[in-house]
Amino acid sequence: MKSVRSLKRYFRDAIHGVFRNFSLSVASISCITITLIVVAASLILSMNVENFSDSIRKDVTVVMFLKGDTTKEDENKILNELKTISNIDSNSIEFKSKVDSAKELKEGSDIFATTVDRWTEETNPLLDSYMFKVVDIEKIDDTVNQVKNLTFSKDKINNINYGEDIVHQLIVVFNVVEKICIVAVLSLVLVTAFLIGNTIKLAIYSRRREIEIMRLVGASNISIKIPFIIEGLFIGIIGSIIPILITIFGYTSLYDFFGGKLFGSALATLVEPMPFIYNISGILLLIGIVVGMIGSYQAVRKYLKI
Amino acid sequence: MELIRISDVQKTYKTGTVALYDLNLSIKKGEFVFVIGASGSGKSTLIKMLYREEKPDKGSIIIGGINVAKLKNRKVYVLRRKLGVVFQDFKLLPKLTVFENVAFAMEVLGYDKKEIRKRVLEVLDLVGLKNKVRQYPDQLSGGEQQRVVIARAIVNKPKLLICDEPTGNLDPDTSMEIMKVLEEINAMGTTIIMATHDRDIVDRMKKRVIILDHGRLVRDIEKGGYYNEKC
Repeated sequence: MKSVRSLKRYFRDAIHGVFRNFSLSVASISCITITLIVVAASLILSMNVENFSDSIRKDVTVVMFLKGDTTKEDENKILNELKTISNIDSNSIEFKSKVDSAKELKEGSDIFATTVDRWTEETNPLLDSYMFKVVDIEKIDDTVNQVKNLTFSKDKINNINYGEDIVHQLIVVFNVVEKICIVAVLSLVLVTAFLIGNTIKLAIYSRRREIEIMRLVGASNISIKIPFIIEGLFIGIIGSIIPILITIFGYTSLYDFFGGKLFGSALATLVEPMPFIYNISGILLLIGIVVGMIGSYQAVRKYLKI
Repeated sequence: MELIRISDVQKTYKTGTVALYDLNLSIKKGEFVFVIGASGSGKSTLIKMLYREEKPDKGSIIIGGINVAKLKNRKVYVLRRKLGVVFQDFKLLPKLTVFENVAFAMEVLGYDKKEIRKRVLEVLDLVGLKNKVRQYPDQLSGGEQQRVVIARAIVNKPKLLICDEPTGNLDPDTSMEIMKVLEEINAMGTTIIMATHDRDIVDRMKKRVIILDHGRLVRDIEKGGYYNEKC
């Protein structure tokens, strides 16, 4: 009974604390709001950059040209062998006969059209090919080597092309971009924690007399800390409301405005709002709550030492 | 029956100032004791040690069975629940009413609302402030604020009331009114230890007087006065 009463009192004191020290609470809440908006923006930006680099990575296609004519039987055998390699996205495997390639070439350009028209089935210089995408682009070299060593397929391969040089450069660039994004977001979160922590410290500094009196009348350290920690929790929650609303409505509007793509390019797609905005909102709420609670705890702890 | 036993207590501050030398003292339950001495005599240090705001470097202070000198920081509340403290500068919470300031001391100990209401009104009546329950500290005179502090200090029925110059900011008439309240509390069985500079009060009350000088206990008079005892 006494503990239930204490718990009720902790919550009541925390709510009173927020309202009694209204200007200080507003300062802490504004600080959380502003910094979380910056965190939200950087999270959204870095997640989209990540998404962009991901879609480019996934778009890298390996083209495997085959020797001579390929029978239907060869086609199937090669397909089955390719499916055994785990890093090959089996849904992406596609066979393109030299006839199809010629047709594609013809449709693609008028200049080629006249040349292609002159080709017969025998004189068509193009090769049958298989095209596939890989799951993990960083392992693309190993995957291609595996393909070159497949029992049946290895003798059928003329050559494999996947724009090695550009792919290697892309891997390096995206790795760097990814690291920059992670470092930027993490340092921003740290700066946020520091800023919010300091604001809460200032707010609690002005209430050190209250803490002193609580101690004086025999409140245990834990019963002094808990209402302040709950107050930190409330401040964290209230402070993250506006950043969450901005994330939800702002990002959805932005997504709709651009039609989900930047520069109209299929590669530069934006992350779909669902469930993205809720994930970001969850992260913001978590940062607000954790930083609010830890900030309050640290600040009060200082005044509980003699 | 003994309530406080101070044995061989010594305190030196980090600055090198020795505040107390080998202090030995015994205070019985129900006593009213004045601690007097000039500035720097060590009386504030002694008072602060009694409610464990300061720790002695050596010796022991036993209050109601608790060795204050060995009390860990997180256990200080155990001692503080057994005593009340009254300060010269009141230490009231300005945003709380008179009632709330007094109730605060009971709330932090987890009493229920009914109990709190009953007891707070009882002590406010005792200190003569029952008609000011809804006022805020800045709407009260100095004497009234000090009464609120006394009410807060005794609301949890402590065995010991420690007063650190409670009349220091008050005029003589108000000071005597406060002393009357303290005497009444003492008559109910609460032990009172009061540090003061006020000669009039000490002379009039004729209670036990402990005189400190440069950190040493120089006199312990059963029914003494300030003026008669040079210090």
